[in-house]
Amino acid sequence: MLRDKLTIVTLSCILGGALLLAALNLLTPGASAAHIADFIVSLVGKYLCYAILALAIDLVWGYAGILTLGHGAFFALGGYCMGMYLMREIGARGVYANPILPDFMVFIGWKELPWYWQGFDHFWFALPMTMLVPALLALPFGWFAFRSRVSGVYLSIITQALTYALMLAFFRNDMGFGGNNGMTDFKDIAGISLNTETTSVGLMILSALVLSIAFLIARGMTRSRFGKVLIAVRDAESRTRFLGYRPESYKLVVWVLSAVIAGIGGALYVPQVGIINPSEFAPGNSIEAVIWVAVGGRGTLAGAILGAVLVNLGKTWLTSALPEVWLFAIGGVFILVTLFLPRGIIGLFAACSPKAPVDAQPGAAAAKSAAREIAG
Amino acid sequence: MSDAAHTSTVLSGNSLLYLDAVTVSFDGFKALNELSLILEPGEMRAVIGPNGAGKTTMMDVITGRTRPDTGRVVFGDDVDLTRLDEPAIARLGIGRKFQRPTVFEPLSVHDNLLLSLAGDRSPRFALWTKETPTERDRLDQLLATIRLTDDRDRPAADLSHGQKQWLEIGMLLAQEPRLLLVDEPVAGMSDAETEETAELLREINRTRSVVVVEHDMAFVRALGVNVTVLHEGSVLAEGSIDAIQSDARVIEVYLGR
Repeated sequence: MLRDKLTIVTLSCILGGALLLAALNLLTPGASAAHIADFIVSLVGKYLCYAILALAIDLVWGYAGILTLGHGAFFALGGYCMGMYLMREIGARGVYANPILPDFMVFIGWKELPWYWQGFDHFWFALPMTMLVPALLALPFGWFAFRSRVSGVYLSIITQALTYALMLAFFRNDMGFGGNNGMTDFKDIAGISLNTETTSVGLMILSALVLSIAFLIARGMTRSRFGKVLIAVRDAESRTRFLGYRPESYKLVVWVLSAVIAGIGGALYVPQVGIINPSEFAPGNSIEAVIWVAVGGRGTLAGAILGAVLVNLGKTWLTSALPEVWLFAIGGVFILVTLFLPRGIIGLFAACSPKAPVDAQPGAAAAKSAAREIAG
Repeated sequence: MSDAAHTSTVLSGNSLLYLDAVTVSFDGFKALNELSLILEPGEMRAVIGPNGAGKTTMMDVITGRTRPDTGRVVFGDDVDLTRLDEPAIARLGIGRKFQRPTVFEPLSVHDNLLLSLAGDRSPRFALWTKETPTERDRLDQLLATIRLTDDRDRPAADLSHGQKQWLEIGMLLAQEPRLLLVDEPVAGMSDAETEETAELLREINRTRSVVVVEHDMAFVRALGVNVTVLHEGSVLAEGSIDAIQSDARVIEVYLGR
């Protein structure tokens, strides 16, 4: 019951909220008290992309027990694919007016477009790439890691190393992705100018739509028999082997899907913030994203979305009001949530309802079994 | 005696499980030392032995958790289990019950059984399948057998210790294994529960072969089956419980020298 209510509430909040913001931005006069400024629209669009990333992390961490500390890598790769398209879309309007080469390539003296930039002038090519590239990284990574039964903290460390390595690689100019400046100065997307408020509103609503679809897909997956096997793998992996399941295949499927979702989030993020650079790969970003999920409530999907939005609201406010406090605040929140709210903010609501959702309480089950262990 | 049984079964080729000179060593310590054992189809066998005799290692070898250094483990006519991993062996029809009940705590009793039902184990199947009427009937039966019909929607975490043991047995039955390996099923059970478990195992044995590893002699006696005594990784004696209990070597190993 509660789960279905939660689904409806989540979807109405995402879509209703986005539409309301859009209406208040476009239909009210700038002087009105009800008017929503353009920068708020872009800000919300950004939060929605973060929520897509959080959803992706919750799928693997909340349901399959894979604590990823490198999911920002898939988000950034999706973002870079979109960035490459947006760069090519600039065409001859760049500073050097080169119709083929992006400005940064002309600047470092390249004469020809590298092979891996071919095709990115087409939207229909770039769009699937924002999903395919993260998937192509996640697939071999997950295949080796899960087959060798790497799990727990070791896997977390490898994911962290992965995103760090990518960050260092993307910092290099010879990679052909703009080095530490990354890519920016985008002009338009699929022929539509990026610099109008209608486009910002459109992208924000699109992000809300994509988030809703991703949420529904993730929900369907986790409630299927597949999702139940995932939970079984998360809590008693070796037991599932003796039932005839191959945990590595299940993990691989959800891992790759999660990377694809993160990539889509990144692809929506770049046109809204107008820049992509290697700092998106920074390990800190991935860790922060895990905190969003923990704060909202791991293993609940809706919690991940809520956590991403709330923590980022707090970040936006704190980094402008008291910038030096932010890191302490996020660290403190993480500790408090881990200690006192193992099921996150969503857990608070579930605790008030008569019948808590069954598959949504990794923290509670763990706490119970720990309590039993202590009690003997 | 065991040698004679050995030859005849191998020749007739109808053993269900045949361990042939299996050796496993951990850092030079031989957990199993040329262990040979034969199980007939439909048989129930009790395996006893002091701590460190190799009982658990034997189970690990049969279920694919440990790979032996030398020797073969043949299931049915010609499947060499030493080449397979745990999921493949489980799918062949070998179920294993661990000493500590391991159920999937956040999942409901119903879901625990559902995941255990014999069938396709691929992610693709699991993504798209819906519970069929056949599955529902089978689950109803199982729930009745393990007396958890009223608890079907409760998370397994909420069950008592005894109920979890039963749920796990239900999960094993759901797998429809041809061979069931049971590790110390009555550890920590009351006399009444022990009696009930012996009854349940005898009932399971009507349709499947069972290997029970156990310390509790009274329980082994209640099962009324042939007993294999392991000692230092190989078979010390084999026979009826009475023969075993009067065997001088067994007495020495169990009661100390």
